[in-house]
Amino acid sequence: MRKVAVIGAGMTKFVRRALETPKELSFEATKAALDSCGLRLEDIECVAHGSAPDAFDGVHQKGEYLADGCGGWNKPTMRVFVGGATGVHAIIHGWYHVASGMFDTCLVVCEEKMSNAMPHAQGFFLTIFDHTTERALQPNLLWIFALEKNRYMQRYGYTKEDMALVAVKNKNQGLKHPASQFKDPVTLEDILNSEVMAYPVNRLDVSPVSDGAAAVVLASEKVAKRLTDKPVWVEGVGWSLDTAYWGTRDLYYPRYTEHAARMAYKMAGIREPHKQINIAEPYDPFGYKALHHMEGLLLSPRGKTVQLLRDGYFDMDGNLPMCPSGGLLGVGNPIAAAGMMKICELFWQLRGEAGERQVPGNPKLGVAQAWGDLMQVSSVVVMGS
Amino acid sequence: MSNRQYIQGGIGLSEDDIQQGKVFFAEDSLNCRYAWDMGVAIERYLRELKNGRIIAKSCNECRRIMVPPRMFCELCFRPSDDWVFVQDTGVVNTFSICYVNWDASRIKPGETPHLPAVIEIDGASKGMGIMHRLGEVDPKDIKIGMRVKAVWKPAEERTGAITDIKYFKPYQEV
Repeated sequence: MRKVAVIGAGMTKFVRRALETPKELSFEATKAALDSCGLRLEDIECVAHGSAPDAFDGVHQKGEYLADGCGGWNKPTMRVFVGGATGVHAIIHGWYHVASGMFDTCLVVCEEKMSNAMPHAQGFFLTIFDHTTERALQPNLLWIFALEKNRYMQRYGYTKEDMALVAVKNKNQGLKHPASQFKDPVTLEDILNSEVMAYPVNRLDVSPVSDGAAAVVLASEKVAKRLTDKPVWVEGVGWSLDTAYWGTRDLYYPRYTEHAARMAYKMAGIREPHKQINIAEPYDPFGYKALHHMEGLLLSPRGKTVQLLRDGYFDMDGNLPMCPSGGLLGVGNPIAAAGMMKICELFWQLRGEAGERQVPGNPKLGVAQAWGDLMQVSSVVVMGS
Repeated sequence: MSNRQYIQGGIGLSEDDIQQGKVFFAEDSLNCRYAWDMGVAIERYLRELKNGRIIAKSCNECRRIMVPPRMFCELCFRPSDDWVFVQDTGVVNTFSICYVNWDASRIKPGETPHLPAVIEIDGASKGMGIMHRLGEVDPKDIKIGMRVKAVWKPAEERTGAITDIKYFKPYQEV
């Protein structure tokens, strides 16, 4: 496999409801990514595209529908979709295109427009459950993530307040991100006093529904070195899928995340991830998920993560800054685009271009992860400067 | 140097923009209809639910008793072996108290919240849980590890569906 670099990144603002169409959002992010590295579409050899359920748009050939906005005209273009994990999975998909030697440049574009779905995108998640054994009970994702969170808390004696600390941290950090859909700081009391949606999940423990797009440009080593002094290398990739019988495995630990992480670390030559990784962008659609994933990523010992969080270990100036972007909780959660936003964040952080969010001390190695479907898939990418 | 210049687009609309017709929009309502075949394993599962029993399937290689039953073991990737009746009792592995309906609308004031749970079924392999609902219980009394038993619909009302079990309720062994 050849070395692959990220050489450019761009994204739209994340907003609750965008005026732009999915195609227009894709264009904005793609153009911004191309501009960031001074390339034009004719310099791009192929397109890797990620977007989550077709049902949000009601256009059931979403990849092809969006392709024009992703720069896909007259090029080898391919879409991936693994639920919430799509945003991080898409760069793995793009990485293969270049690492294989088939292409020297690849655009990776992720888009989501959730506001199309009426009255609320959450209702469409009913259709991801088994039609006979589960759907008749009328579940949604808030329910099952509440089940997972409750099990996780009970297993280690974590409290609702412990879990709410993540939302406070990420939401306030997100205010520094120019693409964030939020304007106001929050306190622990705000989180704990927000509406109880599905105990132990309150409304502000959950990332918002959003519209947005994000994109990066990948290049082979030869091309990357010609175009930039600061390539950010894709050092390792990994992904793993657990069974869709989600009730038949214990939810307190995301085993599949560990499998994906070990695959990525092995490729990156990382033996002690908690010592070697400088920045972590674990997937945080709900506050507890960031901690759950830090354990699955082997970046925090199981059952000790809250203590480390409280001790400031995951602060911007801590040993292992977590979600410097602000994460999905702080920036917004347009599903596939949110995962790609984490990739953009590592790119900017590792180049020292993250502005007021910049993690101090010249971080060299970062990990991004996303998670999806019936609490069963994780995609992990290690990036290094 | 900052990334700010590479963030463009994403023009936010407000509720007012939509409701007062300041922007155009098109509406559609899809009515997707399906008739799903139950398959070999779930057909039998439903037939037994109609009889007021829970049936599982074994894999004689990994020695799991699997519920819901399945025609192949996804771990060993081989055909599963024997049909095995399991109990209609179990243990709450985890639960939630939900004030939102499936479509994110809220339950009405005074309405009992939804009480979904993962229930590890007695007689199936340890950790083999199914999602169902709890009932006849004050939400504040629900605990992980609590023993529960299925409350079945009357035989004449059962249709061969997971909802033939109305819910699981707390249960003391005698």
